[in-house]
Amino acid sequence: MKNFQYINPTSIKEASNLMISFGESALLYAGGTDALSLLKNDIYTHSKIINLKKIGGLNSITHNKTSGIRIGSLTTISEIAKDETIKSEYKILHEAANEIASPQLRNIGTLGGNLCQSPRCWYYREDFDCIRKGGGECYAYEGRNKFHCVVGGGPCYIVHPSDMAVALLALDAKVIIFSEVGERTIPINELYVLPSENSSQETILKPGEIIKEILVAPPGQNTRSSYIKFKERGAWDFASVSVGLVLEIVAAKSIIEGKAAFGGVAPRPWTDDKFNKKLSGLALNETSVSEALNSLLNDSETLSENAYKLPLVKNLTKRSILNLA
Amino acid sequence: MEDKNKKKGLSRRDFLKRTGTGVAGSYIILSDINEAKSTSSSEKETLKTFSSYAQNISITVNGQDYSFMVEPNTTLAELLRDELKLTGTKVVCNHGECGGCTVLMNTKAVYSCQMLAMDADGKDIITIEGLLKGEELHPLQEAFVEQDGMQCGFCTPGQIMSAYALLLNNPQPNKQEILKGMSGNICRCSAYPNIVKSVEEAARKMNK
Repeated sequence: MKNFQYINPTSIKEASNLMISFGESALLYAGGTDALSLLKNDIYTHSKIINLKKIGGLNSITHNKTSGIRIGSLTTISEIAKDETIKSEYKILHEAANEIASPQLRNIGTLGGNLCQSPRCWYYREDFDCIRKGGGECYAYEGRNKFHCVVGGGPCYIVHPSDMAVALLALDAKVIIFSEVGERTIPINELYVLPSENSSQETILKPGEIIKEILVAPPGQNTRSSYIKFKERGAWDFASVSVGLVLEIVAAKSIIEGKAAFGGVAPRPWTDDKFNKKLSGLALNETSVSEALNSLLNDSETLSENAYKLPLVKNLTKRSILNLA
Repeated sequence: MEDKNKKKGLSRRDFLKRTGTGVAGSYIILSDINEAKSTSSSEKETLKTFSSYAQNISITVNGQDYSFMVEPNTTLAELLRDELKLTGTKVVCNHGECGGCTVLMNTKAVYSCQMLAMDADGKDIITIEGLLKGEELHPLQEAFVEQDGMQCGFCTPGQIMSAYALLLNNPQPNKQEILKGMSGNICRCSAYPNIVKSVEEAARKMNK
């Protein structure tokens, strides 16, 4: 690992200014559980690391009955996983946080870092001059692509690895972004970009912009939610496919409305709008649910080794819906 | 087999001899460390050169306070092993995946290889060496010996530190909670059933 200057700003404004003045040589650093691997492997070669952890006030969870929850971007995944209100009212967030990595990584990894982590593509993380690193080719397209995307790919075929992003997308969470010109709030759906829009970064964040907080509206009286993650290992792993589901259910017979979000299938946390529309009024029995799932991810383009993800995502979604019934 | 080994110039006897030398070698290194300890820290630091990036950090390790100049690209595991010579903490994958380097930071289990020493500034660290009381083993260490919670033993310090963190937060975990609490530690010999038994036994002893 090359040496670097380690800078400890004490306010988000100072961190933002440092990012602007140092430009591409600077890296925002929160828990560092992902960034450190990339630094060790010389995939990241930044000469200045801007440590965010000395900034106060961004590492707590606040609850409000009318406005919902507000989670600071430096809150660790462990804090989210053990928060009692989240456990009882936002089951999907609790389950997603609990499924992330290992106890050791959850104790250090932060929400902001989890949302902004780099792709888990083995070509990107090894010594390949791929599109995401400014090269001209996606080696996964004709190479080994078991864990790559089945929808939304091209010219790069990564999947976004964040579990929290999938859960927060299903919850229609909002992201408060700090920048030198002020704060702005966007739906989390607008945080992420596809490689066709920008193949060198996963989010819309511009230099000097930092995720400050995440907001989630209070759940309705009939809201039920879950997060299911399929992984190859019984212990910790990234998702082959994951499904986050938020449903409004009345009398366990039909869905009033719902939203499903998917991980492991696309270069960004994914939703299928047509499928979400079908959830409104859907009867909660296996036949209707299976029928609704027929057209899920119809626009997919599977690669040589990842077609298994399509039946997997359908079956996991069916299981999630019927489990919530 | 024997011929092959001879060709390479390595018989079982030679191997044992060399291992023996290795042990003696380690002993000499250890006595070097003891001498180094008696040198004052300021004297030691004059021998070292630092880049302009180096910063001073204060850290408590196993109850003792230290102050170090560290290069930003030093991991906590490197600081513990190379500076403090606390080599019970093992660096195995060096990518925060296997758990061999697990230590406690402010009572929580962390991978010391997957965090910068800088980030331990002002923090309280406990390593496997910190569980000993003089020569007396911690109940967890005893339980791992009694229940044979290991085969080669290389992952054991990390396993014990994860178990220690687990029992601090949950003194009477059920089997499922043990599996989840220990899920960040890989044992390549696959001694998992006995690791679980060791944690269960330690929990019983510690709750008496």
